[in-house]
Amino acid sequence: MDLANFLIQLLNSVQYGLLLFMLAAGLTLIFGIMGVVNLAHGSFYMLGAYLGYALCAAWGSLTLAIAGGAALSVLFGLLLERLLFRHFYHRDHLDQVLLTFGLIYIFEEMRSILWGDDVHGVPVPAALEWSIPLTENLSYPAYRLFMSGVCLLLAAGLYLLISKTRLGMKIRAGAFNRDMTESLGINIQRIHAIVFAMGVGLAAVAGIVAAPVSSVYPNMGSQVLIMCFVVVVIGGIGSIRGALIAALLVGLVDTFGKVLLPQVASMLVYVLMALVLLWKPQGLFKQ
Amino acid sequence: MSTARAHLEVLPRSIQLVLWLGLLALLAFPWIGSDFHAQMVSRMMILAIFAMSLDLLQGVTGLVSLGHAAYFGLAGYLLAFMTPPGEPVSLWWTLPVAVLGAGLAAAVIGFFVVRTQGIYFIMVTMAFAQMVFYLFFDNKVLGGSDGIYINFKPDAVLFDLENKQVFYYFTLACLVGVYLFLRRLLWSPLGRTLNGIRINEHRMRAMGYSTFGYKLTAFTVAGALAGLAGYLWGAQTGYVNPELMGFHMSAHAIMMVILGGMGNFAGAMVGAFCFEYLLHLFKDLPTVGGFQMGKHWQLWMGSFIVLVVIWAPRGVLGLIQRFGGDSDA
Amino acid sequence: MTTRRLVLTRSAAVIGAASTGLLLPEIARAQSNKVRVGFMLPYTGTFAPLGVAIENAFRMALDEQGGKLGGREIEWFKVDDESEPSKGVENASRLVQRDKVDILVGTVHSGVQMGIQKVARDSGVLSLIPNAGVHAATRALCAPNVFRTSFSNSQPTRALGKVMVDKGHKKAVWITWKYAAGDEAFEGFKESYTAAGGTIVKELGLPFPNVEFQALLTEIAALKPDAVACFFAGGGAAKFIKDYAAAGLKGKIPLYGSGFLTEGVLDAAGPAADGIYTTLHYSDSLDTARNKAFRLAYAKTFKLQPDVYAVQGYDTGLLMIQGANAVKGDLSNKKALYAAMESAVIDSPRGKWSMSKQHNPVQDIYLRVVENKENKVVGVAAKALADSGAGCRMA
Repeated sequence: MDLANFLIQLLNSVQYGLLLFMLAAGLTLIFGIMGVVNLAHGSFYMLGAYLGYALCAAWGSLTLAIAGGAALSVLFGLLLERLLFRHFYHRDHLDQVLLTFGLIYIFEEMRSILWGDDVHGVPVPAALEWSIPLTENLSYPAYRLFMSGVCLLLAAGLYLLISKTRLGMKIRAGAFNRDMTESLGINIQRIHAIVFAMGVGLAAVAGIVAAPVSSVYPNMGSQVLIMCFVVVVIGGIGSIRGALIAALLVGLVDTFGKVLLPQVASMLVYVLMALVLLWKPQGLFKQ
Repeated sequence: MSTARAHLEVLPRSIQLVLWLGLLALLAFPWIGSDFHAQMVSRMMILAIFAMSLDLLQGVTGLVSLGHAAYFGLAGYLLAFMTPPGEPVSLWWTLPVAVLGAGLAAAVIGFFVVRTQGIYFIMVTMAFAQMVFYLFFDNKVLGGSDGIYINFKPDAVLFDLENKQVFYYFTLACLVGVYLFLRRLLWSPLGRTLNGIRINEHRMRAMGYSTFGYKLTAFTVAGALAGLAGYLWGAQTGYVNPELMGFHMSAHAIMMVILGGMGNFAGAMVGAFCFEYLLHLFKDLPTVGGFQMGKHWQLWMGSFIVLVVIWAPRGVLGLIQRFGGDSDA
Repeated sequence: MTTRRLVLTRSAAVIGAASTGLLLPEIARAQSNKVRVGFMLPYTGTFAPLGVAIENAFRMALDEQGGKLGGREIEWFKVDDESEPSKGVENASRLVQRDKVDILVGTVHSGVQMGIQKVARDSGVLSLIPNAGVHAATRALCAPNVFRTSFSNSQPTRALGKVMVDKGHKKAVWITWKYAAGDEAFEGFKESYTAAGGTIVKELGLPFPNVEFQALLTEIAALKPDAVACFFAGGGAAKFIKDYAAAGLKGKIPLYGSGFLTEGVLDAAGPAADGIYTTLHYSDSLDTARNKAFRLAYAKTFKLQPDVYAVQGYDTGLLMIQGANAVKGDLSNKKALYAAMESAVIDSPRGKWSMSKQHNPVQDIYLRVVENKENKVVGVAAKALADSGAGCRMA
């Protein structure tokens, strides 16, 4: 593999890793702060993608679809938290696993009833339909750069939110010691609702943004869910920084694995996870 | 109510009656039902064995595994590898090989996985199961995404497993055998230790028990028994594919155990039967006013799961016990 | 009533009800003189449009001749196989054992077909394959009651190799999904390409139905072959064509494929598809009276343009009509029925074709190129091509 090729594959890895990060960030926040195992996280990704597809078809603009999809999914997240998840914070993990597994089924059918079971493509917005020639043979689609840009922006935004704002401070406090934070007069219920809605929103937006690149199809949620879990386990539950590093690692291993060792490519990520766990049983950056 | 009674480890009279009635019904079924339905009930019995194996891990030891189906599927694949395309293979050595193979895989994966706790344990079991899934899914040598066909049922020499009724009774015998074995295990020193670990692991450690070793043992035995179920599944359906090892299958098993009531093995059996029956029921729903109820069975299944988690966390047996009107409730 | 008796009676009632529930469908099924036709097709997922096209065209073929089979009325049954190989045996069993169909028409996905094949061989039900090209169905696992009206996976690509070498492309990369259809398509390509003097530089694959081609497209660019040959179908094919162009490979490295790459996807793929050469046993633009009449009738009835899948479904109907007429509707006369179907010559929109001894079509393979959202026929790549049928113990 020559240098140019290597660099391009590196670019591919980073792009995939950043997308995974968007999903894993939401998952690790929900785990770390509310202690809730959420198997339905992949479904939020899928619902976001289908929602984005529908909005894009209706309004003709991907940007509007992203904005509209983000707003709708955050609302959906708030509703879901209030009606269902709020009552499960104190239940044990088994109940949470089952609840969210049941939700996966319900969401799949919701999607089937609302938008059907077909595979759909979402068109890349005309403004981004060009490619940057990188070598004599290969060009890099501009849209993928845009995708990576959006993910980086959101990552930066998340970092600023958590570490530099008051809300972020309260979130961190709540994660550290819920009861103490509550007794200090902070409305921990509202914090939980916000964090949950944010997680849902991140997953949904990831789905919309990725749709032109990965197509919109039933089951797209379960495939990405496992990857998310691996990223969170490697990175350490509750750590955004860990999720970022782990997501990039997974992106690297997955992309280069597909090209260099296709027979075991899909397994490599799990081998990576096993090795990390042997070294640090609680993930790389456990708080 | 004592913990043992609360957990239904000591089966109250009402439950015992249900079990006996169930056994009678199972014994009689092939004579009253059609071939198609007898096969369906065979399937349910195999899943009941699978559910009981998970109950040992989840209900007794308190370890929630989202990757238990890996050992189920693995044993089915071992049978597929051992069966040549043109003729059957002997039951008497392939069954132990498959069970031991599944147990060995459980021991190896368990070694990595049992050292983690809580949420990590759940996620890591899921991830390892997916790893096994991809190992088979991606490699044509191992059958790939299309799976492998087992063209002949294992040869038992003394009786003919190709005969659907014989296979049914053989499965029933395995089911009863596994149940008795597990009940015995539950009240043995090993079983009591595992229970103690579920209730309070720190206390057990403080008392000097090496909990890692016990948990690993439970994981391995549970894996081996899941392998027995997987072997029977492969023999019955004649087909194995990576989906058998996926996390959907594992989640179904968890559901069966919870649905019936955990920790006493009777619940796992009841849960498996109820779950499978419901699945068939939902899939066969008629079309009402243009809305294909059967096609959207996942909606009913999902809603049912959610409702059970919210309202009947002790499962069907818990409900029976409550309404069975036993005193000291 | 004592508690114990209460529990006893209640439990008995529950178990009784449950058992009856299992038995009831049995009792309700009455005898009738109708022919039971069961469709096992994908009605959801990436192959859904193919399933719909096959069913539409099958019914159209029957309606054109009075809507009956051998003079008997038809009762229709359907199962959505979701293109899931894991549920193949279960779904086929439902049609055969529970609904007791006389004829099973299915399916699209080769992995699912293996499940049907197992049930068909075990039960002896008449099984008509309107698409799935899995080799085993007419090779090692062939059976007198199984007939295929479509193709075997290696047939289209066996005609592709020589075409590419003739155009001067001696070094090629092959890419496809890693499942039965992809692997067997490769078999045909490898055989014909290497026989004509070409070299396969690398064989790339990704899991079905994954459409993340980026890493592999980068790899293709790095390898710099003379051409790329592939097998993709449905939604994934459209995506591949678009991604290939977006990666700048279009025009620099010519793309060839088994014809499924450009079947039914040209609207979605757009101008990115222009110039792609494919080989297939059918093309929309076949300039024959038979094809034109078929296309007109299909478009009028279903308000959709037909594709190769519709043609295969249509031919399945034609085959069944010939068979049923030969035995005057008496489908239990299997010997005569199978003999009639074996010797059938189908006057198909794709041209006339006949059955091989292993029950697979012997047919012409056309060379086509995409021009302005159409597959234009530029010649015949292979005449009267038959599948090897290796390992079939019937003939």
